Amino acid sequence: MYVAVKGGERAIDNAHAWLAEERRGDTSVPELTVAQIREQMALAVNRVMAEGSLYDPDLAALAIKQARGDLIEAIFLIRAYRTTLPRFGGSTAIDTENMSCDRRISATFKDAPGGQVLGPTFDYTHRLLDFKLAADGEATDVPVDTPNQDTTPHIMSFLDQEQLIQSEPAGDDTPPDLTRTPLELPATRALRLQSLTRGDEGFILGMAYSTQRGYARNHAFVAELRIGTVPVEMEIPELGFAIDVGEITVTECETVNQFQGSKTQPPQFTRGYGLVFGMTERKAISMALVDRALRWKELGEDNLGAPAQDEEFVLYHSDNIQATGFLEHIKLPHYVDFQSELELIRKLRCEAQANLTQEAAE
Amino acid sequence: MSDYNFAYLDEQTKRMIRRAILKGLAIPGYQVPFASREMPMPYGWGTGGVQVSAAVLTPEDTLKVIDQGADDTTNAVSIRRFFEKTAGVQVTEATTDASVIQTRHRIPEQDLRADQILVYQVPIPEPLRFLEPSEVETRKMHSLEEYGLMHVKLYEDISQHGDIATAYAYPVKVEGRYVMDPSPIPKFDNPKLEMAGIQLFGAGREQRIYAIPPYTQVVSLDFDDYPFQASKADHACDLCGAKDSYLDELIVDDQGGRVFMCSDTDYCSTRRAQGHVGAQGSPIQEDAA
Repeated sequence: MYVAVKGGERAIDNAHAWLAEERRGDTSVPELTVAQIREQMALAVNRVMAEGSLYDPDLAALAIKQARGDLIEAIFLIRAYRTTLPRFGGSTAIDTENMSCDRRISATFKDAPGGQVLGPTFDYTHRLLDFKLAADGEATDVPVDTPNQDTTPHIMSFLDQEQLIQSEPAGDDTPPDLTRTPLELPATRALRLQSLTRGDEGFILGMAYSTQRGYARNHAFVAELRIGTVPVEMEIPELGFAIDVGEITVTECETVNQFQGSKTQPPQFTRGYGLVFGMTERKAISMALVDRALRWKELGEDNLGAPAQDEEFVLYHSDNIQATGFLEHIKLPHYVDFQSELELIRKLRCEAQANLTQEAAE
Repeated sequence: MSDYNFAYLDEQTKRMIRRAILKGLAIPGYQVPFASREMPMPYGWGTGGVQVSAAVLTPEDTLKVIDQGADDTTNAVSIRRFFEKTAGVQVTEATTDASVIQTRHRIPEQDLRADQILVYQVPIPEPLRFLEPSEVETRKMHSLEEYGLMHVKLYEDISQHGDIATAYAYPVKVEGRYVMDPSPIPKFDNPKLEMAGIQLFGAGREQRIYAIPPYTQVVSLDFDDYPFQASKADHACDLCGAKDSYLDELIVDDQGGRVFMCSDTDYCSTRRAQGHVGAQGSPIQEDAA
């Protein structure tokens, strides 16, 4: 006699309890605090804020703790939380020219107003495991100086003065909100950038890398990469002017790309643009390269059939929360569908077998 | 009740979804884009269905959630708990008692009434997707009613396999206009798509909602000489003896012994309670927890 399998509810409860135990790990080891993650895993926190589209280091750190360090899971937690937040309005555009820069480099000019500021970068570290950190992580002998208070002009503005670079006229249009309206194609550049900045770092990196290796190659110079804090201002209707509502750290990357000119335009440099929450320069540079590749149509370039030029391909597949959800859903039961396939294949095999037997008999 | 709004989503979002649902009902089978929200369960796990259910639920509703026809599959349990927590609605496993039924991959065996709503979870709403990957192209094909590609695919199936090799998510034409993906239900369920209840389809990740109003004509695509056939395992349910229900096949021993039982668990237990007994069932039994 067969007894039908039941017990989904209890299995779920037990799985959750086990998960909580595993998350905590060995209880003889002190528990991580959210503040420790926020301060010492800052780049993970930055990625979660960027791809979660929510600037809140404490919540991002909490999400990382809850997700056991799985950053995509942490991003998911932040996105789901973000859905429930009321929307008061939009800020005015941030002014990155007035950024208080921690890092600012240009690969196109040896020096420029504002100077080259390396900032806290891994760039010239030798990637040797520092075994001292295993015992003692205190930073010592850090030289101190007064911060630079001047505004740092954009490198692009110098090229702009000579009209060597294609100009980007400012628009007054409120850009559409990807999280409030369904994505419809073709997308405006503002919408594409919105999608790229919250897209999966690995995916955007891979797409950007493919353009460097020849799939819609458009050699990019990093005209400028800057990381620092900018104030966020919002117009309050009752006041009639904008007030500071906070400060965020962002990474901005502007690339200069070669351009031969086209039937409609004289030779001019073109731009790629990346802007990402937090200190996230790999993502910002990747974003600028992919942005540039996606602009082939407006710049009158050929469609080379490269993945990075295909707006639909890039925008529909860059979101890691959509991707991971759909990928992992194949773990869910599919036995009804599989059953129908079983019947079909048995039937087809049976017919094929009968045909073979008949042919053999004839 | 919890700190969240009734059924989790805020009222503006529900309003937006309801507008998409109404548009869907007005144009049967047409995929309406909607601004799908990020839900606290993963994309691909029923976020579209959950958003549609959240938009149609009222505090007086009684909700049933099934996955593969069963109320106790893990994801059905999870979604039912979500609405118990966020909407505080009554839940049931009985098809006849439910006013809203959210489903994945099945249509209940019991005919639905005019006062019931069936909400489907849809992974890929576009029936032409695996013939044409670009959304820009497939939307164009729908607007031009250009469905030749689909017929060619079905024809090629027949020339290759002697049969249409689609066993689930079998494409249908709704009210003589839109070709529609009925979600991955087995083709056994296709004839039930013409029903008294309202059918709503939600695809969260793909940001689409579509609908079939009550008593709408739904035709499974076929050819005159290869007519559509709903099929199921050639057995009766081993627990309740039903010959008319869709069956799951279970492997029960190391020798590959098989048992067949209703995929619709409510249908099966109702029949057993009425005294029907299958080849391997006992008259009335409490299932092990």
